[in-house]
Amino acid sequence: MSAEVRAYKQADYKSDVKPIWCPGCGDYHVLMSFSRAFAQLGLPPEQIAVISGIGCSSRIPAYTNCYGFHGVHGRSLALAAGLKVTRPDLTVVVASGDGDGYSIGGNHFLHACRRNIDMTYVVMDNHIYGMTKGQPSPTTEPEFDTALSPGGTGVAPFHPLVVALASGANFIARCFSGEPNQTADVLAAAIKHPGFSFVEILSPCVTFRPDEKAWKDMVHQAPVTETSDQGKAARRLMTDDGFNIGILYRGNRTPFQPALGASDVDLSELEKEFEL
Amino acid sequence: MSKTAGTPKVANLNDLLAIAYQIEIDAVDRYKLLADQMETHNNPELVKVFRDLARAEGIHGEEIRRMAGDFDVAAHARQIAKFEKSESPEEADLGSAHYMMTPWHALQLSLAGEKRALAYFTSIVETTKDPKVKKLAAELVEEEAEHVALVHRLLLRYPKPSENWADDLDPPVSQE
Repeated sequence: MSAEVRAYKQADYKSDVKPIWCPGCGDYHVLMSFSRAFAQLGLPPEQIAVISGIGCSSRIPAYTNCYGFHGVHGRSLALAAGLKVTRPDLTVVVASGDGDGYSIGGNHFLHACRRNIDMTYVVMDNHIYGMTKGQPSPTTEPEFDTALSPGGTGVAPFHPLVVALASGANFIARCFSGEPNQTADVLAAAIKHPGFSFVEILSPCVTFRPDEKAWKDMVHQAPVTETSDQGKAARRLMTDDGFNIGILYRGNRTPFQPALGASDVDLSELEKEFEL
Repeated sequence: MSKTAGTPKVANLNDLLAIAYQIEIDAVDRYKLLADQMETHNNPELVKVFRDLARAEGIHGEEIRRMAGDFDVAAHARQIAKFEKSESPEEADLGSAHYMMTPWHALQLSLAGEKRALAYFTSIVETTKDPKVKKLAAELVEEEAEHVALVHRLLLRYPKPSENWADDLDPPVSQE
């Protein structure tokens, strides 16, 4: 007798919690792409853990019907790494934003790439701190001149894809939220690829960066096929205009997975340490 | 590139019924999502507009289900009605939503969706070799053309808002 394989629909991954993002926010599309990718892969919702930090994008676990953890600012990758090494059977997807992921969580980003644990890191990049009302983030353009950054920041923006490659990420892609089908396909490929997969999704903030509505006319399919050659990828990413979308690098490093032995820790002793 | 690149393949009448049904259901889901957004952002006039649009698309979906008779059009739609290169034709553009949008804007989104559906079914008429598919697709073209005309009539009730429709006396934060 063969076991019945259940086909999942996008709706199976949607929770009853209504998103409170601003109308027009790119994160709505990203949420759709998540559920579409999960359905495409036929992943049971209870076998997925969506982990996040703090920020608009980090609300995403609540809007899915998967297991989730809305953690502390910038620490989503540390939480996710701990989960994945102890529960390698789970599909771990980490959601972050450019502030959470590249500033407060910047150091975790480097080491998560380096460790190459088998999980997928999705950064919804809108070049601004949206939740805290519009401060410049690490990817904000230097000339971004507002009351909160008079005269612009004058600081060159962070290049997350270059940093990811240099630090050892095993899969690197850029997507645009306004292309939800392609984003879903890339997310599915990222989840399937062994090791640390990094997907940057350009996701406009319509409230604090209305100029980002123009991104839909600025993004373009990367004119090159994906590569597994780090040198070639480095040259491409260093000369990238920031709007190439598609899978840009697919490496073949072996993922890090520590062998888990039987623990001699007495959990009741551990619990005592946290007693109030 | 062909006119139907990235759109689901229409091999027979059942495929077309399933796709037409899915297009309506996708539109319903999208309008409900927009209504929820407007509810969250306290724009009750738009909540009603989007819920009304969702209801109208739901009625169209039910009409297609009835046309399919005993054939399980919803189940078939889940199998084949996948738009790979774009969103489903009648899905309103989420990126165009704004918390202060007006019924005129909502109807513009609706109009664009109806026009995309019209273009999609027109492309089926132009490309199919199956006379039954061609006949049904032509009926769907006629129906979508009626919807386009209906939205144009509705727009007469809602003139284009002034240039400063998005000015918020209590904005999220001053960026000036």
